[in-house]
Amino acid sequence: MSNPDSLKFSAENFDAIDQIVNKYNSDKGAAIMILQQVQATYGYIGQSMLERISQLTGIPTSELFSIVTFYSQFRLEPLGENFIQVCHGTACHLAGAERISEAVQHVTEAKPGHTSPDGKFTLEHVACLGCCSHGPIMTLNNETFARMTPEKVKKMLKQKVEDKGFVEQSQSQSRLTEGRELSE
Amino acid sequence: MNEHANSTSANTSGVTTVVNVGLASCGIAAGAQKVYDTFKTALEGLAVELTFSGCMGMCYNEPLVEVRSLNGGRYIYGKVQPEQVARIVHEHIQGGTPIMDWVVYSDRIKTPDADFIDKQQRIILKHCGVVNPENIDSYLSVGGYKAIEKALKSMTPEQVIEEISRSGLRGRGGAGFPTGTKWSFARKSPGREKYVICNADEGDPGAFMDRSVLESNPHSVLEGMLIAGYAMGAENGYIYIRAEYPLAIKRLKIAIAQALEKGYLGSHILDSNFSFNIMIREGAGAFVCGEETALIASVEGKRGMPRIRPPFPAQSGVWGKPTSINNVETFANVPWIILNGGDSFSRFGTENSKGTKVFALAGSIARGGLVEVPMGITINEIVYDVGGGLSSGRKLKAVQTGGPSGGCIPASLADTQVDYDSLKKIGAIMGSGGMLIMDDSTCMVDVAKFFLKFTKSESCGKCTFCRVGTKQLLKILERITNGEGRDGDIELLEELGQKISAGALCGLGQTVPNPVLTTIKYFRHEYEAHIFDKACPAKKCKALISYQVLADACKGCGRCSRECPTGAITGEKKMPFTINQEMCARCGLCISVCKFNAITVTTGKERGEVKGV
Ligand SMILES: Cc1cc2nc3c(=O)[nH]c(=O)nc-3n(C[C@H](O)[C@H](O)[C@H](O)COP(=O)(O)O)c2cc1C
Ligand code: SF4
Ligand code: SF4
Ligand code: SF4
Ligand code: FES
Ligand code: FES
Repeated sequence: MSNPDSLKFSAENFDAIDQIVNKYNSDKGAAIMILQQVQATYGYIGQSMLERISQLTGIPTSELFSIVTFYSQFRLEPLGENFIQVCHGTACHLAGAERISEAVQHVTEAKPGHTSPDGKFTLEHVACLGCCSHGPIMTLNNETFARMTPEKVKKMLKQKVEDKGFVEQSQSQSRLTEGRELSE
Repeated sequence: MNEHANSTSANTSGVTTVVNVGLASCGIAAGAQKVYDTFKTALEGLAVELTFSGCMGMCYNEPLVEVRSLNGGRYIYGKVQPEQVARIVHEHIQGGTPIMDWVVYSDRIKTPDADFIDKQQRIILKHCGVVNPENIDSYLSVGGYKAIEKALKSMTPEQVIEEISRSGLRGRGGAGFPTGTKWSFARKSPGREKYVICNADEGDPGAFMDRSVLESNPHSVLEGMLIAGYAMGAENGYIYIRAEYPLAIKRLKIAIAQALEKGYLGSHILDSNFSFNIMIREGAGAFVCGEETALIASVEGKRGMPRIRPPFPAQSGVWGKPTSINNVETFANVPWIILNGGDSFSRFGTENSKGTKVFALAGSIARGGLVEVPMGITINEIVYDVGGGLSSGRKLKAVQTGGPSGGCIPASLADTQVDYDSLKKIGAIMGSGGMLIMDDSTCMVDVAKFFLKFTKSESCGKCTFCRVGTKQLLKILERITNGEGRDGDIELLEELGQKISAGALCGLGQTVPNPVLTTIKYFRHEYEAHIFDKACPAKKCKALISYQVLADACKGCGRCSRECPTGAITGEKKMPFTINQEMCARCGLCISVCKFNAITVTTGKERGEVKGV
């Protein structure tokens, strides 16, 4: 799952989708679970993937699309090499999350909810990661960082900006992937 | 982490000391996993059991490590760094002398932080931070699954419901509906197929009670669900949990697998006629899915849109079957009530709010973390006695409870009792347990705007008033904080707020105006300052402030100029620098890097003068 090659060929390679649908389709109301697993595998959900899922499950593409757009977890664009989440929950907001997010945008040129033009960074705003007493909270490729400051952001990301980024690619499939892998 | 899951079994083999590292996700963020790994190496070959638990509650002191000796008491070390491990092993574990400078809590002596624990009343959290959440034996060793055993062997379902009703337990998810009544509705609903749902969506952005309970003692929640299932005649349960909590999900899955293996889940539990299964459904990032009818739609794999009630879930819930939805903490109370009796439970709390409540204390509080207090305690007691006062050394301004559906309680009302009715009376709500402490550097208009921004983007869009009204409210708040507020805006906010509440289908829309209405009620002068004086008294709203170099204090070191992301600061070495107001993005970086306190923020009149120079 974490082989970078599988990402590259993701658009053409639907084997994993077939497996996921096989595994969950017998459950009643599995659409969201299937979409979550597909995103965990490919890093995002593209139009052709929706069509494939639709073929296999019989759920109309339009319905799948309406689910994907309703829930903020789903990404329609591929993930960058590095995945950054900045918490914008109440505690982190009071602790200065805005400044953290600005600093990230400044260094990476990624807009919230999007990937930077060079494909290196995806920035996501999230509402509370549950570590509220340590805010502002930010995650970078799976790892959670507490008590962030704009200076720390600059230091952490500068290095990645200069990196080729190949090492990170395998880790960049978000913490969700990890949660699942570990637990199954 | 699974490999350590059986480590408590070492208890039987002559081990007299246990080292317990708090590995909840907040602890891990603070570096606790490294500490655990360091202990693992350092303890090799010693007759010491290394284990881990979830949340010990003292988030502000993480990473936390407890050293427990069978004869030598309990000592909790705070802010433990890997470098300190060797000394703890050498002096305390091997030498028998705890390092008191590092100990934050002990049952042997009173530490300065002792009140944080001692002023609490722990029922739900009693075993959080104590048991190993990935090991069912650990839960069993503290009386786990004894409550379901008691219910199955000596109580009828009606008696279980009766006991829960007698306890006075009300739902901890926000609305405070009596749990016993809810169960009896579901029991009385016709049909054989029924469902129990655990609401672990924890939507309040700034709260982490449910996460902590699930990461620290997942079996207690499973046991509560089992008892609910038995009481209402359901054989299936769902846990709907937000995807942002991967560790809680992982530990729940482990707990379910272990409970199945030991026969506490599955068919014919404890050789009875009762069978029960639990499935996990992960949320996908929609706040409205915490609302019960939306949650049901989401469990069914659809868009999470609320629907009109009735029918209530107790009549027609998931798959059209009778369903009872309760919050994580509500379930976690249940085993205790069954074991100790409803009367023991109702001894805690007030007339109409029984038992205890868990709060996630965060914001400008000295001791931020997870606390469980008896209902009826005052906000002041939570902030000062338990929480140790404000972290910033500044003055308390307000306490926010209930998240986006809740209200801001001003410091002047901090002697209010924490119970469902008292909080409601002052315009706030109990909520699910988020409690944010705000000091006088917080702008209340900004807080209202923050919540509106959140709820606006989370409105599902079904009702016009909620969809359009939240947009409208946010627009007005934005113009106020941008310095473009108009006379009459405050009244407009109030009027619009009332209309949205009245015209909304679900709780989201009905409570959307609360943060706005309570901040207007208690901090009207701040709104007025923004509108009429173009001033942000807390100096937070960017459009209303300026950064300025104090020529007298500036040493001309140039540091701010190097750090400024927009190149707004210029000057000559050793001479006072200046900030170009047009270029300044008001990020505040310069203030944090200046070592000479030579940069200041101005607002309102003061600022006009600066700009005029
Ligand atoms: C918009 C909205 C969000 C909600 N979010 C949650 C939540 O995250 N967790 C929760 O337990 N209840 C939440 N609730 C309340 C639930 O609808 C429901 O009342 C509760 O889960 C019932 O459990 P209880 O009786 O044990 O409190 C929410 C309600 C609304 C209207
Ligand atoms: S009140 Fe808002 S969130 Fe609730 S159903 Fe109506 S539009 Fe949706
Ligand atoms: S507030 Fe930010 S942009 Fe403005 S002068 Fe200071 S560092 Fe530069
Ligand atoms: S950092 Fe402070 S002292 Fe140095 S030039 Fe800037 S304002 Fe002056
Ligand atoms: S508000 Fe950021 S972790 Fe909770
Ligand atoms: S110690 Fe951090 S949540 Fe409890």
